[in-house]
Order: sequence, then structure tokens, then C-alpha cells
Amino acid sequence: MAIRVFLTLLLFLSSAILSFSLYEDQAGLTDWHQRYIGKVKHAVFHTQKTGRKRVIVSTEENVVASLDLRHGEIFWRHVLGTKDAIDGVGIALGKYVITLSSEGSTLRAWNLPDGQMVWETSLHSAQHSKSLLSVPINLKVDKDYPIIVFGGGYLHAVSAIDGEVLWKKDFTAEGFEVQRVLQPPGSSIIYVLGFINFSEAVVYQIDSKSGEVVAEKSMMFPGGFSGEISSVSSDKVVVLDSTRSILVTIGFIDGDISFQKTPISDLVEDSGKAEILSALLSNMLAVKVNKRTLFVKVGGEGKLEVVDSLSDETAMSDSLPVADDQEAFASVHHEGSKIHLMVKLVNELDNVLLRETIQMDQHRGRVHKVFMNNYIRTDRSNGFRALIVMEDHSLLLLQQGAIVWSREEGLASVTDVTTAELPLGKDGVSVAKVEHTLFEWLKGHVLKLKGSLLLASPEDVVAIQELRVKSSGKNKLTRDHNGFRKLILALTRPGKLFALHTGDGRIVWSMLLKSPSNSQACERPNGISLYQWQVPHHHAMDENPSVLVVGKCGSDSSAPGVLSFVDVYTGKEISSSDIGHSVVQVMPLPFTDSTEQRLHLIADTVGHVHLYPKTSEALSIFQREFQNVYWYTVEADDGIIRGHVMKGSCSSETADEYCFTTRELWTVVFPSESEKIISTLTRKPNEVVHTQAKVNSDQDLLYKYVSRNLLFVATVSPKGAGEIGSVTPEESSLVVYLIDTITGRILHRLSHQGCQGPVHAVFSENWVVYHYFNLRAHKYEVTVVEIYDQSRAENKNVWKLILGKHNLTAPITSYSRPEVFTKSQSYFFAQSVKTIAVTSTAKGITSKQLLIGTIGDQILALDKRFVDPRRTLNPSQAEKEEGIIPLTDTLPIIPQAYITHSHKVEGLRGIVTAPSKLESTTHVFAYGVDLFYTRLAPSKTYDSLTDDFSYALLLITIVALVAAIYITWVLSEKKELSEKWR
Amino acid sequence: MAPILRSTSLFALIVCQISLIFLFASTLPISSGSESEDSYTITGRVRIPASTVIGHAAKFSNIKVILNGGQHVTFLRPDGYFTFHKVPAGTHLIEVYAMGYFFSPVRVDVSARHRGKVQATLTETRRSLTELVLEPLRAEQYYEMREPFSVMSILKSPMGLMVGFMVVVVFLMPKLMENIDPEEMKSAQEQMRSQGVPSLTSLLPASR
Repeated sequence: MAIRVFLTLLLFLSSAILSFSLYEDQAGLTDWHQRYIGKVKHAVFHTQKTGRKRVIVSTEENVVASLDLRHGEIFWRHVLGTKDAIDGVGIALGKYVITLSSEGSTLRAWNLPDGQMVWETSLHSAQHSKSLLSVPINLKVDKDYPIIVFGGGYLHAVSAIDGEVLWKKDFTAEGFEVQRVLQPPGSSIIYVLGFINFSEAVVYQIDSKSGEVVAEKSMMFPGGFSGEISSVSSDKVVVLDSTRSILVTIGFIDGDISFQKTPISDLVEDSGKAEILSALLSNMLAVKVNKRTLFVKVGGEGKLEVVDSLSDETAMSDSLPVADDQEAFASVHHEGSKIHLMVKLVNELDNVLLRETIQMDQHRGRVHKVFMNNYIRTDRSNGFRALIVMEDHSLLLLQQGAIVWSREEGLASVTDVTTAELPLGKDGVSVAKVEHTLFEWLKGHVLKLKGSLLLASPEDVVAIQELRVKSSGKNKLTRDHNGFRKLILALTRPGKLFALHTGDGRIVWSMLLKSPSNSQACERPNGISLYQWQVPHHHAMDENPSVLVVGKCGSDSSAPGVLSFVDVYTGKEISSSDIGHSVVQVMPLPFTDSTEQRLHLIADTVGHVHLYPKTSEALSIFQREFQNVYWYTVEADDGIIRGHVMKGSCSSETADEYCFTTRELWTVVFPSESEKIISTLTRKPNEVVHTQAKVNSDQDLLYKYVSRNLLFVATVSPKGAGEIGSVTPEESSLVVYLIDTITGRILHRLSHQGCQGPVHAVFSENWVVYHYFNLRAHKYEVTVVEIYDQSRAENKNVWKLILGKHNLTAPITSYSRPEVFTKSQSYFFAQSVKTIAVTSTAKGITSKQLLIGTIGDQILALDKRFVDPRRTLNPSQAEKEEGIIPLTDTLPIIPQAYITHSHKVEGLRGIVTAPSKLESTTHVFAYGVDLFYTRLAPSKTYDSLTDDFSYALLLITIVALVAAIYITWVLSEKKELSEKWR
Repeated sequence: MAPILRSTSLFALIVCQISLIFLFASTLPISSGSESEDSYTITGRVRIPASTVIGHAAKFSNIKVILNGGQHVTFLRPDGYFTFHKVPAGTHLIEVYAMGYFFSPVRVDVSARHRGKVQATLTETRRSLTELVLEPLRAEQYYEMREPFSVMSILKSPMGLMVGFMVVVVFLMPKLMENIDPEEMKSAQEQMRSQGVPSLTSLLPASR
């Protein structure tokens, strides 16, 4: 028995070093991965050829993607750099996707079928300006018309075949901004229309082959233009003047410029500020005035005439040539919970080619963009499909009066994440009866056994996968015993809250934030952050848990905030309120009221704090703790960190009794000439620490300095605040601080000479791990700092503990001067890092793993033991037994330790961990453009059997043992008998 | 898993053109243009030796080349070449990300004095490159390999050990018992009876 225990222990230890690894057939079992693209900006259809119908889109997340028009799946996708925003997209030569990005300075061509980059051209740009891409629509592929690009003050003509710049024109001197490039078909002359300082219209006629200016005409417009422009024909555009009250038709027939002014008041009674909706409609113009949409026909001589008007807000597509020289366009408008899609001919507005009414989910908001495409039906008539972008960023394809597919692209811009419990099953914790008969049960386990012994045939493997997914019951909507099934609540930038199931990542419910008062100023608030508002336990068990969503109307910091309380089980908004003050900082307090609602403080820009919930009970709880509420603010631009304390009620200014004034307690000012704050970080407030003491191999005790009020601050020399490569090692240094946020006392300061940011850090228990760039070695480094309490170090003597002469029960207070000491160590790390997180478990007993989101958008799990300051080159035997790894200069990157295995979380921005009920296991959710979820067991699942556990083998063993016992019994009987006979 | 960094003669021919640029960089500036003094172009190539291609062969279309930790991101052309435009003089870091491969970051010095001369060094191995041709240090396998079926793997599993232990006890112990002198056996049994049954807890530290 003892040997067996020892052997299993040995087995456990030998496998412990590789704590995360996955077999290929286990992929997708506990993890899921969802691919998104973001809010679509431009869309170009590619449906001419037979075969795969696709749509090329570019998005606000800097993604260019090719989508299957039938199902909405991604054929291919590329996520460009964060500073590489896409300005335009087009298809050239019928085989290349052309994207213009970086303010018109980078032009790339991608192969249409597989997304391989074909060529890349860098264009000159001298100034910031709007950029414009004009890809010739020529049906004859053999003729090489150049791509015309305007950006940064230069006009370029680029060959579509190899990206060679054919010619360029410098317009930087005049301040000329190109508004439209017209390439009349069959002609080599292109018309370039633009404005100089928005007051002078200029038309150049340029030979597209040589770049020579054939003719140039300009004309002053005294009022100035607003910049909104709509092309109506090959020789006319309509613009708005700077007062937005006059429409100006600019004709440039044969190089002559003519203006024709039409005041809006002539067109419509109630005039107001106008807005041009359509970009490209032939002989038509859509103008929005006073929330009404007017369709204005542009006559032959530039005469404007209202032909139709819609009372509701409308989104409009560009016009599209259909048969017989006719042009059609699509418009979408709302009516209650329905949307109406109409396709009309431009010349005959009464002739509605298509009128479809589609029931639309209220939580998608309004239609933002419409892209239309036509196809020829079998009866030779025109069919239309429309791609619409909704307010919540979702992308839908409408065809034949139905939503063919939809993509929840809002999930590509997650801003905050929290987790919530699922409701309890009706009969308590219910585990479904999955196995019906003993035979099936045994069959399943025999299959699993075959799988784990590599004896399974491909069909068996499929059967095993199916069985696993089915038997785990992971997709149910009830709470499970191990806490594996949870809801992930994700707040997105358009203000939509999603609840995702951890089992398969499906959307359980979603809810679009609404403005409580339907005010004009704030139609739709942006989501900022998410807090646990009510987590019922102990008492108030019958209440549903709820979350607090903090939103903001508008983008500036002083914009008024909006609070919304959402029931987690149902996804319904319980209440919402317009709080009437701005939101700078939201502080969850460690107090809850009798219904388990957590008290929150919200600081505004004026320096007041507001208490929520606004109940007298909350107020009395808060009054009791009034003296003990501290908080800090970081002014990164000025290099100041301030500590604040409550002063009193601000009843002198307002009658609001839930409003409080504050007073500054301390400030830490960093010298602006030598230090600039680049990163601040605190511990997660809900983190659980299992033990305060750490036992060394030599039976020595170390006490962790575990304080919730520690702030990690990293500063860098102002010169080193830029990118790598912009500074020499001598010019830059990185300094990190640990600051107590109650007293402002600096507990520790560590300086790294010749290093620079960006700093990515993680703070847990009593340690900080941060990642930065070492300019001298030209490598990334990771440093760990552990902070220990010196004042408790004396409590080692057993007699002291017995006699009570220890200070362990003395309360930890920030008022007394803490005696701390730190240990730190640095290592090289071979990759750039986007974010770092740490696993968190229910009781904090399980050892921790760092989750490093690399620049390759993968997530690496690194054992905390690798970043332990006690690592030495030659650890003693005792230290080795304790699990100390010999010191190496570089942290290892073990491919099997990538928790994302063969997936990439494109555009990775954050990693969130949440404990499950099982101590060994933690939930990991990573978000960026993609979403990824998995469950991790940093020290293996020591408290439960794995899914792989072979019950069949156990059964066989037991049977074998019973048989052996029986046989030996029979044998021994026989022997005894023969002995007796002897 | 040793990195394979053999360069064939054929390959040398192919990259002859680009190596020329780097060899004579002091005379051939690779600056991006005339109008901006301090912006240069870095051109290089990613090459994945055919011998390291495993299962999910990395397509060129999914490889990203990243300058200075995300300042610029570019992609590979079909022939494996990549270019960074408008790079100021200084010391830069280039990283290549391809699923299934590990590339060492490359320190790239763009010299202002020599009009954009480029010097490259692998930061992991401290090997300097004469030309900017990046090859993976190693292929990465993200999954544990399942060990093929073997009797040993069953025997090694805890249950296999259990069975094995039982077999040993059942078949070997009687043999051992036979060898023991009956007198000695008797005295040992006496002793055991007087001491009581040894418990698991008393055995544990002894086994360690």
C-alpha cells in the first residue's frame, strides 16, 4: 500500500511540471472560439461569376474579410494593425481585393479566393486629410485602368496588377482636398473634383495614363462648403454649404464649373439644418432635414425638386445599375418593431421594385447602413438582397423578405466582462439522466477506452466526440455542481449587453441599453463598465442576481452618465436612471444592504461622489463607514496620484443627500521631466488569498504582505514613452513603485535603467509581475516583485505562538508604518505581450498560472513557479522538493502551454478569469475581435476525475481482482487440503 | 526539434538579389524616397523550410510580421517577402507570427549615417544575419501526442500498478514464504502479534 501511494505520488509529481496540455481530440471539449469582424464600414459584393458568392467587408476593427453570402461565414479575414484603419475597399480586375488604409498611405491587394496578400504599396503622404479610393469598375479585365488614390495631399495612380505607382500629383501646397474622382467608362480622362479650404471648387481633368493635367478650372464659393457631398451623375455633384441650409449643385461639364444654389427652405416648409444621406445616387439626392428624409430629384440643369419624403429615419444604399440603363437603390426605414426594405428605381420613384417588411428584434436598434446587391432570378427578373448594419453593430443579410443570416458583430468590441451564476435547476442540482441502459453506458466507456489507447477508428472518434459533448450536459441552462456552467456577461461598445453560456458560447440573451428619458441629447448611451450589483446568497436567496451597467451619453468625460440594472436570469432591465452627473470612477464598496445590493460610489468631474443605491438603508450603512472610505485618482498626463477621503455631505450646494464632498489626503507627484506614468494597477478586489504565510524549505516562515490598498505604478522617462526604436538605452529608464493608497506611502521603488514600456502587469496576492522592454539587451523582460511583511517575521517561535506573545491577531492597518521587504527577479521573455492575467480559484489554494496574451494573439499559461524570486541556479535538494525550478535567464515558451491551442484570439484585448465552484478549476475568457473561452486547472484536476477517466478500465480491474481473489482462494484451499493429506 | 537552419545553394541563388542589397548597403541606400530624410524601408523575407512543415502547414496568408511590438503590422507576399515602409533610423524589433512555428525576434538596426543600412541580429540566439531572411527556430506542436497503445502504458497506469502489485503478492509471496524457515516464520508471526498490525501511517514516512 505504501509503495503504491509513493508511486502515485511520484507519478503526480512527474506530470506536475507540464500542468496544462491538451490532446488533439480534446480540443473544443471545454473550450470554444468565436470569430468576428466588427462593425462593417464598407461592403463590396462579388457575385458576378458563378460559384461562390461573397461579400468583401472592411470594419471599424481594422478587419478586411471575405464573407460567404449564403451563410455569413468567414472565408478569410485579416486583422490589420491598430493604427492601420481601413479607409476604402474595392475589387480590382475581378480577382484582387484592394484596401486603402493608414489615412490613405498604404494600399494593399489581396487575392480574392484565399486572402493571400498579392502586393503592398506605400504611398506618400505629407499631411492629414481624408482619403479616397477609386477602383475602376471595368468589365473588360484585360484593360488596365489604374486605381486612383487620394490621401495625405497626394493623388496617386497605381497599377492594379502589381501595385506599381504610375504617377503621382502633389496637391499639398494648395491645400487641395479631393472629394470625388470620376472615371467615365471608355475614356482615359478622369475628373478630379475637390475643394481648397472648403471655399473654392476645383476640377482637374487628368489623363489617367500619364498623369498629365489636361484642364483645370476653379471657382470660388463665398459661403464655403460643409464637406458633405453626393454624386448625382458623371458631371454633377451636390454639396451642402457651411450653414447647412443651402444645397449647391456643382456641374462641371467639359471642365466648366457652374454653381446653382437651392435653399432648403424652397424645398420644404420647416427648414433646419440639413444632412446629406446618400453618397452615390444617380440623378437623386437624399437629404435629412428635421428628422424627415427628403428625396430630391436633380434635373438636367441642376434644378432640384422634392419628389418624395419619408417621416421616419431612413438608411440608404448607393444606387446600383440594373437592367436597361436603369438604376435602383434600397432604403430601409423603421416602423415599430418592423423594418421596411424598399428598392426603387431612381428615375421612377413610384415604381417600387421590391417592398419587404421584416420583423426585427428591438434589441438591434436602428439601421445604420444598407448595402444592396442584385441578382438575376430564374425568370430573368431582378432579385435584390440587402446587407444591413444595425445600431448594435450586427450584420444581417435580407433576401426575399427574410433574414438569411445574421452576425453579432457587437461582440468584436467588448469593453467589460463579468460572470454570473445560472439559475438553479427546478429539482435542485439536477444532473440529467444521460445513460439509459447499462449496456449503452458500458459501450460508451469502451469507446472512450479505445480512444485513449489509440485503438479507435475514425468513426469511433466521431462517436466519442459526440458522446462527450452529450454526456457532459454542458449546455444546460441550470447551475451545475462544479460551477462549470456560468454566464459570461459582456458589455460591448454600442451599449449592448450579451450573456454567453460557458458551455458552447451561445448567446442566452442580449439587451441594448436604452436612454431612460428618451431625451434628444442621448438617444443611445455607450457602455462603459459592468459591476456585480446584487449577488444573492445567505439572505435574499429568492432575488435574481443583477448587474449594474454604467453608460455614458457622448464621448467627452463630462457627459452625463446612465445607470441600468439588469436581471441576469432573464436579461430584462429592472430599472434605469439618468443620474444627472458625469462618471469618472465607479467604486464598488465592500458593503451590501439587506437585499445583498452592493453599495457603489460614483465620482464625477466636479469632485463629488454619489452613493448608490439611493436608499436610506444604504445611506445608514455608508454613514457608519464614512470615515473609512478612501480612494485615489491617477492623473497620468500630469504625473500626479491623489488620495482622497470623505469630507461631508454636499447638502450646502444641492439637496441631494446621497452626494458627498471629498478632501484631498495626499498626493504623489512624479517629476514631469523625468517620469511619466504609463501603467497603474491594483489587485482584483474579489481575489481570495488562502494563506498569509509561506513556508520555506528550511522550515522558515515568510509572511506575505497582503493588502487590498496597494497600487502598482510604472513610470518611464518621457522620451521612452514612445515606441521601441525611438529611444536609445541611455535616454530611457523605467521605474516601478508600490504605493499604499490609504496613506500615499511609497513602500517600494525599483528602477530599471535602459528600459522602456509598454508595461503590462498583473497584481495578485503579494506579488506583481510586469513585462517591459530592455533596450540594452533589446529583448523583452519580465520582472516579479514579491512583498513580505517584516513585522510578523518574528512569529516563528512555537512558544511565542503558544503563549500568545505574537502579533498575528493584531489588525493590519495602513496607519502604522508597515515594515516590508521585497524580493525580485527578472527574466527574458521572447515575445511581445498584449495583456497579462492570472488564474483565480474559489479558495485560492490551487497554484496560480499567469495567462500571457502574446502579440500573436495566443494565450500562454505560465506557471507562477517560473516567476519566483527564490529561484537559484543550483537549488538545494530541499528546494527542489519544494518545487523550485533552477534559474534560467529566459522564461520557457512551451507550445503545449498555449491554452488557445490552434486558435488565435485576433485583436486580443483582455483576459478575464473567474473561479468555478471546484477549487482546482478556473474559467478563462479572452476577448478581442474574437472570443475564446476555456476552463483551466492550473494544478490539474486533483479534486475530480477527468472526462478521460476510464470507468471501463476500473471495472475490468475490479473484475480481475475479484477473479484473482477467487482463484487464489481456490488454490490456497487446494494447497491446504493437500498439505493436510500429506 | 532542433532548429533546421540549412541554407541550400538553390536558396542562395534565389535570395541573391536581396542579399546584394544588404551586402552593398553602404553604397545602395534602401531609403524609401527623397522627400523624407530619416525614413527608410526594411525589406526581408520569411522562409519556412519544407522539412519542418507539419500537419497544419502555415499558409503565408496567415503570417504576420510585426514591427516594434505592434507599431506596424504587415503581411507576406506570395514569395515570402515583406516590407516596412517609413521606418525611422534606430534600433527596431521585428517579430514574425505564424501558427505552428516559433520565430526569434530580430533586432534590426537602421543606420542613419549609412543612409538606411540594415543590420539584423536574432535576439534569441544572438546570431547576426547577413541578410534579413527569417526562419523559424522550431516548429510548435500545440497538442500533446497520444502515446500509441502499448502494454507498458496500461501497466504504468495506477490501475495497472494495482493489478501488478496484486499479481506479485499472489504469486511471489507464497514462493517467498516457502523459502523462509518455518521456525523463523513462527517467531516473526509472534513478534507481529505482539506489536500489533502496522498501520498505514507508520509505513508512510518509512517509504519516503
